[in-house]
Amino acid sequence: MDIKSQFTTISDLPINELYTPDDLPKDAYKKEIGLPGKYPFTRGIHPNMYRGRTWTKRMFAGFGTPEETNKRFKYLLEHGQTGLSVAFHFPTLMGWDSDSPRARGEVGKCGVAIDSLRDMEVLFDGIPLDKVTTSMTINSPAAILLAMYLAVAEKQGISFDKVGGTIQNDILKEYIAQKTYIFPPKPSMRLITDVLDYCTKSVPRWNTISISGYHIREAGSTAIQELAFTIADGIAYVQAGLDVGLDVDSFAPRLSFFWDIHNDFFEEVAKLRAARRMWARIMKERFKAKDVRSQMMRFHSQTAGCSLTAQQPVNNVVRTTIQAMAAVLGGTQSLHTNSLDETYALPTEESVRIALRTQQIIEEESGVTNTVDPLGGSYFVEALTDKLEEEALKYIKKIDEMGGMVSAIERGFPMAEIQRASYRYQQQVEKGEKKIVGINSHVLKDEPAPEILRISDEPERKQIEETRKLKQSRDNEKVKAALAHLKKGANGDTNLMPLFLDAVKVYTTLGEIVATLKEVFGEYRDPATY
Amino acid sequence: MKRDLKSKRKLRLLVAKPGLDGHDRGAKIIARALRDAGFEVIYTGLHQTPEMIVSTAIQEDVDAVMLSILSGAHNFLFPEVIKQLKDAGVTDLPVIGGGIIPEDDVRELKKAGVLEIFGPGTSMQDIVKFVGEKIKPRY
Repeated sequence: MDIKSQFTTISDLPINELYTPDDLPKDAYKKEIGLPGKYPFTRGIHPNMYRGRTWTKRMFAGFGTPEETNKRFKYLLEHGQTGLSVAFHFPTLMGWDSDSPRARGEVGKCGVAIDSLRDMEVLFDGIPLDKVTTSMTINSPAAILLAMYLAVAEKQGISFDKVGGTIQNDILKEYIAQKTYIFPPKPSMRLITDVLDYCTKSVPRWNTISISGYHIREAGSTAIQELAFTIADGIAYVQAGLDVGLDVDSFAPRLSFFWDIHNDFFEEVAKLRAARRMWARIMKERFKAKDVRSQMMRFHSQTAGCSLTAQQPVNNVVRTTIQAMAAVLGGTQSLHTNSLDETYALPTEESVRIALRTQQIIEEESGVTNTVDPLGGSYFVEALTDKLEEEALKYIKKIDEMGGMVSAIERGFPMAEIQRASYRYQQQVEKGEKKIVGINSHVLKDEPAPEILRISDEPERKQIEETRKLKQSRDNEKVKAALAHLKKGANGDTNLMPLFLDAVKVYTTLGEIVATLKEVFGEYRDPATY
Repeated sequence: MKRDLKSKRKLRLLVAKPGLDGHDRGAKIIARALRDAGFEVIYTGLHQTPEMIVSTAIQEDVDAVMLSILSGAHNFLFPEVIKQLKDAGVTDLPVIGGGIIPEDDVRELKKAGVLEIFGPGTSMQDIVKFVGEKIKPRY
């Protein structure tokens, strides 16, 4: 007699009592599973995986002024880190300068404030851009921030072919989930293809889009929806690249992915394995990619922020450990582990260190990296991988029938699906059908609040002053001319990247560039459904 | 007669997202839970300025304003909404907050006039119950 009538994953996939070879298709080993480093890459993208090279421990950071974050970057580099990962504050993500009324109260709070090339110069002062790679989490205005980064490289005397890094630049998931959008979908897609085209020709080491499921899952989707909508976004970007005349193998190797790793251990491992196999098949069969690097899904992972609880926050270390283990056993290339206090504020230095140590303990003590894909061949894991692929492909078919992801977004389809899933999950939690320790199970009364990081209002005052000063001291005639050129370019169909470069080099601010683009492209407004 | 109508009318609630962050999972769940509990709910959508929220609250004759923010800008934006309501002559409209808000800030925000703050892990039922008990029709 079982203790429940039905057993399911956190995403409500039914799970059987036992799995046997009968749950796998005939020829599964040859066709579905294969070998690591070989098509369809179910078991990983490298033949020897972590025996050859461990995953990158990439912790996302940034707050306050560019001066403060520059100091932090130098500290990290002195301690052996080779890659930087920049978190921008909300005004930068949304294209407002720090001195705009729209930025009041937000400056430097959730990331570093970048308004102009001056700030970017300060951010990377003393950091040679041919020696580090930089990941920038930026979407709607990604092309403009990339232009600022390239302008800094140019000032350092470094040619663009030596510059490496990543911009998230994944606008479709902004409409679907993260909601830091500025322009409507179609002109936003043009900015994406301008970056694809420009980088393919001029910045060949740049990773042009990090196609992200993370935010989709955090917004409340199921694992299947995360898998399906993210891969459907990827399909839309590849198609957009082809539509502007690029050869698939010229740009597809520079696309990468970013996944959320939630609590349901086997579902997450299966999701990552299914994702690799689906992408390999789509690239080979649908887009006729010949270069094996176009078929290989490389990805970053982050443990699930939405799984953390404010109640008994130390328990979050345990959740994060289970999730990080799933990311590693799912074959991630890099990983960010969340800190225990992130339901209260940005993490303290100590809690970030525990999060980093979690990865190091998995790597150095647990032994899970000794062999490649140790879960491969498990009847359960393989059957669940097949199931996730099958269910995600149903969604992708539906999106194809709507005319692709841009049309599906215009109809509000993925957003409505996520809203439904998120409400359903909350109802299940409140009925006790889904357990969260500390919330509806093993609850403690009267817990003390943890020590948290405080961010003062000083950076806001300082940054506003700097940006105002800049707007007075630069050559404003040149700024006017650059914006006029940009407006003309935006009205036509020329690649805007060179125009962004011209504009940022004369210290036109992000807010000014975005305002000019809004005049041509218009703005996207939240449909505000619930 | 007038009094009778007032007590029988459904509560009208404004759920609003001030600031620049796009984290609307919580606001949407709360809006829906309140609607399912029989209240009238107006949801502003994202990226609202205090001016926009105050103007909607007045135009829609709501009985409470419920603000959700997860970007850390609550210490400016919550009091600013209350201040602008006052400037517009509205002094009796309850303002409730929710989001990632540290406990020290909760104390300060309550002093500034926020009726209650709900943090992560709060159940929909608790919020529905609070609204049902504490919010009264204003007209």
